[in-house]
Amino acid sequence: MRPFKYARATSEAEAVQLVSATPTAKFLAGGTNLLDLMKEDVERPTQIVDLTRLSHLAQIRPTLNGISIGALATNAQVANHPLVRQNYPLLSRAILAGASAQIRNMATVGGNLMQRTRCPYFYDTAMPCNKREPGSGCAAFHGLNRMHAIFGYSDKCIATYPGDMANALYALDATVKIRGANGQERTIPIRDFHRLPGDTPEQDNNLQHGELIVAVELAKNDFAKHSYYLKVRDRASYAFALVAVAAALALEGDRIKQARVVLGGVAHKPWRSTEAEDALVGKEATEANFRAAAEAAMKEAKPLAHNAYKVELGKRAIVLALQRAMDETI
Amino acid sequence: MRCELITIKVNGEERTLAVAPNRTLLNLLREDLNLTGTKQGCDDGDCGACTVLVDGRPVLACIKLAAQCDGCEVTTIEGLAREGRLDRVQEAFWHEGGMQCGFCTPGMIMSSYALLQRNPHPTEAEIRQAISNNLCRCTGYTKIVAAVKRAATFAEFTQR
Ligand SMILES: Cc1cc2nc3c(=O)[nH]c(=O)nc-3n(C[C@H](O)[C@H](O)[C@H](O)COP(=O)(O)OP(=O)(O)OC[C@H]3O[C@@H](n4cnc5c(N)ncnc54)[C@H](O)[C@@H]3O)c2cc1C
Ligand code: FES
Ligand code: FES
Repeated sequence: MRPFKYARATSEAEAVQLVSATPTAKFLAGGTNLLDLMKEDVERPTQIVDLTRLSHLAQIRPTLNGISIGALATNAQVANHPLVRQNYPLLSRAILAGASAQIRNMATVGGNLMQRTRCPYFYDTAMPCNKREPGSGCAAFHGLNRMHAIFGYSDKCIATYPGDMANALYALDATVKIRGANGQERTIPIRDFHRLPGDTPEQDNNLQHGELIVAVELAKNDFAKHSYYLKVRDRASYAFALVAVAAALALEGDRIKQARVVLGGVAHKPWRSTEAEDALVGKEATEANFRAAAEAAMKEAKPLAHNAYKVELGKRAIVLALQRAMDETI
Repeated sequence: MRCELITIKVNGEERTLAVAPNRTLLNLLREDLNLTGTKQGCDDGDCGACTVLVDGRPVLACIKLAAQCDGCEVTTIEGLAREGRLDRVQEAFWHEGGMQCGFCTPGMIMSSYALLQRNPHPTEAEIRQAISNNLCRCTGYTKIVAAVKRAATFAEFTQR
């Protein structure tokens, strides 16, 4: 790792001020993504501002209308928290489908949201990559793109967002609470947090430099009874998703009142399929209706040279996730 | 680069050390404290050879800055044996032959030890899940899983 200046923030204000003051400064939380990228020489911060002392940001607490999860809560703490397990089992499942026991003990909620959208070429400093070096080209577009996007990509970047937690947060309409350089707080609905690549693939999300994520908030919802997170990967554990599905249903009698279908591993951001959701609302929870929703979800998919399999895999995964959501009764 | 002064408890012994910010907990353990039981495999979060316990929980020492560990309690493979007696997990790996070259073994044992601390009677699926971030190139895992099962049947003679 290259040398850098290190500071341990003792308050939110200090953390924000230190990072805002230096364009090449970065916050450090669990370190599982940032240190990895620094070792590969992909990220080269000159100043690290360590957040780990801000222990008040690790709290998970009930709010009047749901739950507030501090940005420094670890993935393990969130997944195992009784309130999360009971009221937001989809979130718990999604987190446990990600990474490994060791990494979930280190990784934090804020860091998890901020983990880089990536592809093997992004990590390979010998290859061009518009995300790593804007204007250098996209090696994946005509290279090996089996793992890459089938939705929402541009000719500048076809990488996929690798996170699991955020797919569940999208399905549950989370809000990200942020503290800005001027000391003011603002919120970003999770659907507006991550970005599609367009002409600026170097920007994964809409957080400004120096802005600190302080919490993620979830409102009460009717999805706790019927939800499921299905992650399809090359091996049974400890691998990124080829396709992931965060599925949630709320029923009224035997009809679907509300539906959420968010796909992971298919785009530069978690990909919410309103097409699938619209196909489900008002219908009965039958396999035929799930199939119709899966067809609707994949209708606009534009596979690349090596990932056409994701279209069929995605359809089957959506049907299975919805079926499991109906089987799960918590 | 200015060094950070940190105080950490390693295997029960408190130490105050000066560390450069770009050094990892793994560098500190192996190079400054000569605790070479913890292995450096990939050095990038993939293989689990560097697994140690920080405040009782298994983490990867190669992607944690030493400076971040100020005030923490660290347990490495060297910290498991008590008064010349192996811990039950070490004992079980020895009984079952749960190792060949041994490179993955310290990390494998730390992950298994942490699993048994929080879940004394794990299922095979839970064992495989707990060690899924510990890669072994030799054994094929069968004897490792058998060793963790056996450890679960031993009395916890080195419980802290
Ligand atoms: C081998 C391996 C396998 C993995 N597998 C999976 C997987 O299957 N699924 C999955 O979802 N993830 C997976 N991950 C990724 C892992 O979940 C992320 O690395 C982790 O969540 C990042 O959190 P962190 O706290 O360690 O972040 P850091 O590495 O500390 O930070 C990451 C980024 O977030 C910024 N940041 C951190 N906290 C804040 C904050 N509060 N406000 C603003 N910015 C902030 C940092 O500046 C940095 O840019 C894997 C990682 C590894 C190493
Ligand atoms: S050396 Fe740390 S995970 Fe491989
Ligand atoms: S015994 Fe050789 S790597 Fe596991």
